[in-house]
Amino acid sequence: MTDLNLEDTFYEFIKTIATGIPEDIYTAIKNAYEKEENPVAKTQLKAILEDMEIACKKKRPICQDTGTPYLWIEIGEDFPVKPTKVIEQFTNALRKVTKEGYLRPNAVDPLYFKNSGDNTGRYIPWIHVEPVPGDKLKVYLMTKGGGSEAPSTLVMSTPLKGFENLKKTVIDAIAGAGALPCPPVIVGVAIGAGADIVMSLAKKALLRPIGERHPDPKAAKIEEELLKALNKLEIGPHGFGGRLTALDVKFDYSYRHPATFAIGVVTSCWATRRGIVEISPDGSSEMLTRHLRLVDGECKIV
Amino acid sequence: MSEARVFHLKTPLSDEDVTKLRVGDIVYVTGIMVTARDEAHKKILEVIESGEKLPIDLKGLVLYHCGPVVRKREDGSWEVVAAGPTTSMRMESVEAEFIEKTGVKMIVGKGGMGQRTAEAMKKHKAVYAVFTGGAGALAADRIKRVVDVYWLDELGIPEAVWIFEVEEFGPLVVTIDTTGKNYYEEKMKEVKIKAEKIKEELMKVEFE
Repeated sequence: MTDLNLEDTFYEFIKTIATGIPEDIYTAIKNAYEKEENPVAKTQLKAILEDMEIACKKKRPICQDTGTPYLWIEIGEDFPVKPTKVIEQFTNALRKVTKEGYLRPNAVDPLYFKNSGDNTGRYIPWIHVEPVPGDKLKVYLMTKGGGSEAPSTLVMSTPLKGFENLKKTVIDAIAGAGALPCPPVIVGVAIGAGADIVMSLAKKALLRPIGERHPDPKAAKIEEELLKALNKLEIGPHGFGGRLTALDVKFDYSYRHPATFAIGVVTSCWATRRGIVEISPDGSSEMLTRHLRLVDGECKIV
Repeated sequence: MSEARVFHLKTPLSDEDVTKLRVGDIVYVTGIMVTARDEAHKKILEVIESGEKLPIDLKGLVLYHCGPVVRKREDGSWEVVAAGPTTSMRMESVEAEFIEKTGVKMIVGKGGMGQRTAEAMKKHKAVYAVFTGGAGALAADRIKRVVDVYWLDELGIPEAVWIFEVEEFGPLVVTIDTTGKNYYEEKMKEVKIKAEKIKEELMKVEFE
């Protein structure tokens, strides 16, 4: 074990995610803006694009709700830094980015009504760690907005009514929330054995890029059909109608118990801030996601 | 919605300024916007109730449901970093009284407001408009200066009352006008009906 310094890498990584919208979202909004015929919906998409560009140019948060940090860590068995040290260094970087004003302090103690002031606290950041073969470290980060947690739904269905309830649950969750989760939204959907499993998988599914289909053909069909159905709701950007209510539907599943069919739905706003960084055993790092970033005074996708 | 009408308004807003606005109109505001979230609404109403004078006359101004991210520059002045709208429905229980007692002419927020607010707006001539939710950097860009801040120590940065000087702040879409029309209420009814039909169609698609 070495005392490799990962803090600077994490610092840049968090800052990039707070200020640089991911490529897939930027492109999807841009394409939608060009196609949109509803004039009010079009003004909203234009404002969103402008916002993304200002955030990039001025290195400011894309949205004032800079979210709750969710982390998924895949750590190679032969990676030279212990998982506890990885988390410690990440947390230090998170505090620093918060202190510099790129993230709003969003961690509030629910029992004592106290904001910790640095985005950390009991179970926050929320962290999943998975040991994997190899010698690399891969960190997935999503800073998840609070408003778009509103439509989150859990339904414990009977297996016979499973798919029927799945369709109902997804449509009702999005239709019922209207403009509140800041549409166009990304919708994470999961089915499986238990309540915690499906909520967790639905949230993690939001990490997958827009347009990418699940490798299983049945799962891919579920994604496509639900997406088609949701966009018929015509809620549109901020509830002003038009063709784009959901940017995508991301589906995942676990094997279920013979007696259960849990259904989880989670949404994320248009300002979905997420990214992946991979760190090699020598400490060098590579962003695996592309973002709208400032390069030589110009905003580019890198 | 057909082609939208666009208005550029300056504060203080008059009754005439707002009564000509209709649901679906797009507005850009120049002048003074005053932020207030849950706690600030309570605070302002308490001050009025006690008979004391508010530190700022809100008549004709724009109230903004917003908890901004601000930081202090080295010279002590404030820099607004991100300032998008927060969910307005949280203020529904106190907004009618707020409109009556302060004389604000426009409320800007996110997601729409309810029947009581719409009725108060009809009676006291005020409108509600939404700013693109999440567009915190764009909003900050349109804020030219922090004029003042009240109850900062007591309420903290996001809850304090910030007085912003803004230029062409928008696009704001009117969703409650002075005739009492409430766009989001009607839209949600429409969406609900659509949802039933969509579910029926979706049931015919095989997932198994």
